[in-house]
Amino acid sequence: MNALIYGFAMQAGLGVLLWMLAHLGRTRLQAGPPIIMGAILWNMGVSVGILGILAGDSTGYQWLEMPRYGSMQIFVGYLLIGVGAMLTLHNRRERRFSSTQLFALAALFWFAWIYATAQMLLVAHPVRGALQFELNTWYVNNLKNVWFAFIGLGAAFYFIPKFVQRPLYSHYTSTFIFWTLTLFGSWAAVPPASPLPAWMPTISGMGAFLTLVPVLAAASNVRWTMRGKFSAMKECRELKFFWFGALAYILAGIAGAVMLLSGVSRTLNFTWFIPAQTELFLYGFVAITLFGAIYHIVPRLLGIGFPKPGMICLNFLLSAIGVLIYVLPLAVGGIKQGHGLNDASKPFAEVMLSMLMFLRVSTMGDLLMALGNVLLLVNLLSILSRAGKTSASAAWAANTKDLEARA
Amino acid sequence: MNPGPLLFLATFFTLAMSWFGFVLAPQLQLGNQQRVESKTTGDLYPQMRPGMARQGEQVYRANGCNACHTQQVRPKGYGGDYARGWGARDAMVQSVNEDYLYDHPAMLGTQRVGPDLANIGLRQTNATMLLVHLYNPQFVMPKSVMPPYRYLFEKHKLEVGKQPSAEALPLDAAGTPGYEVVPTDAARQLAAYLLSLHSDQLLFETPPLKTNAPSVKPAQPAATTNAPGTNTPAK
Repeated sequence: MNALIYGFAMQAGLGVLLWMLAHLGRTRLQAGPPIIMGAILWNMGVSVGILGILAGDSTGYQWLEMPRYGSMQIFVGYLLIGVGAMLTLHNRRERRFSSTQLFALAALFWFAWIYATAQMLLVAHPVRGALQFELNTWYVNNLKNVWFAFIGLGAAFYFIPKFVQRPLYSHYTSTFIFWTLTLFGSWAAVPPASPLPAWMPTISGMGAFLTLVPVLAAASNVRWTMRGKFSAMKECRELKFFWFGALAYILAGIAGAVMLLSGVSRTLNFTWFIPAQTELFLYGFVAITLFGAIYHIVPRLLGIGFPKPGMICLNFLLSAIGVLIYVLPLAVGGIKQGHGLNDASKPFAEVMLSMLMFLRVSTMGDLLMALGNVLLLVNLLSILSRAGKTSASAAWAANTKDLEARA
Repeated sequence: MNPGPLLFLATFFTLAMSWFGFVLAPQLQLGNQQRVESKTTGDLYPQMRPGMARQGEQVYRANGCNACHTQQVRPKGYGGDYARGWGARDAMVQSVNEDYLYDHPAMLGTQRVGPDLANIGLRQTNATMLLVHLYNPQFVMPKSVMPPYRYLFEKHKLEVGKQPSAEALPLDAAGTPGYEVVPTDAARQLAAYLLSLHSDQLLFETPPLKTNAPSVKPAQPAATTNAPGTNTPAK
């Protein structure tokens, strides 16, 4: 999970963000060397952090498991990249401010805030008791439902209009999405019946439910931007990734809004449904959207096309089918598990055993996604070797990152 | 007009609302919570864990036990938690903030692949059985999906005619003749931690149920909850 979040999704997100900032501002990327330094630091932090977790140094907090010697490097790396991004934004020559820049600016700012807060109050000077749990939930919710949504939606509202060659259906809607998401999405996602004062789960549930507003608004904005242009997906490979990502966002958004309702959470909390929703959001929406962005950006950076464009299609199919096969059995199994667990006459072990078939099927999906990821690596390596680069041995995530940073 | 500063300020305040609401406010409300008097025993609650158990807490963390086990029991009647015997308080509310006051990290968990462990120290009071469970879960629970934690144990070959040491696990039925399985320090610490997990004291936040109906759980560890003096929460 940590490798997916910090190793891929956030890095690719930051890379795409830099590209969009430079392009929207009609300027060159500022402060290149610090950004590359930041990317190197970030990757060192992630590698060291994951080794630390394997060695038993995990902090024990969800999505913050990396020990301090990893997370410090990540934070400094992020600050360096962030400074470069802010300078790029500051030096923009196009004065009109698009909604994507709004998403990007808020995302840049918000991660530094939530990460610093979480590290300070959980790892460095831990708060007492169940508040640790509450803070952890607040961090996870803000990284997932706010930061990643900012990046994913910002990319979708930037790239989809580009591909269908028509302006975004409504600039006002995307501004509206920004404000509602910032306002409602950023409340913590404390599940009902947590060992905390009742106002926390209540306000959390309300915030999560109201997040339906930006989710549905995003759905309508994408729908109307793409209307009558769905056939464009046949020609333009990258558009498929964005279309699938938007669908996954809507589905995951609806599931996320509903699963914190008291009556639903009674059954679904603590079951496999929760990781299914998270995976649909992180992989189905964020990662696949960013795949599309990478496939669009890298050839333009290197000035050449992918040697085998068919492989991009294959990557899309593997990743999209993989995430569906991963998520659907897990979600259905989770609902079954929740009902089983709430029926105390069923032995616990039997409920768990009945999950095994769902888990096996979903592992197949995992395998397909892994194949899709390998294909992305192969595609990137092939275009790199074609460009005469010799840095093929470096980690693929680092490669994409550095290349984007050099734009 | 340059909308930049205005936009920045508006975004800042919107996000700051979340920070004030869910970071600062909970801290002001509960950040300085102290130990309270237990309604069951009159002692201060919670008690600091013994040293072995505190070390065991770190073993629990390092091995990621909290990925599959929660330590939070939802209120009676909300889900199957109480009916499954995971809660030990004869009250509506089960887990409360006090239960975690001395935990670092507080590992409440978010997923149940295994049963809730908030009161495992009351359900299983035998450290040896816990150790056997860690060494070979299926030996204790034939249908368990828990992986074995063999690396927390050492397996020695026994010399002919020599008896296993006193610390070795009673595993004869599992078919390891000629060998003894001895728990490492980490395993013993983990077992001590698990034994220390219990949240059965009645507190102000968990007023006892006022009904005189027969208890649904005969194996209730705290038997004093129907005493007349404890039926009303103290001011």
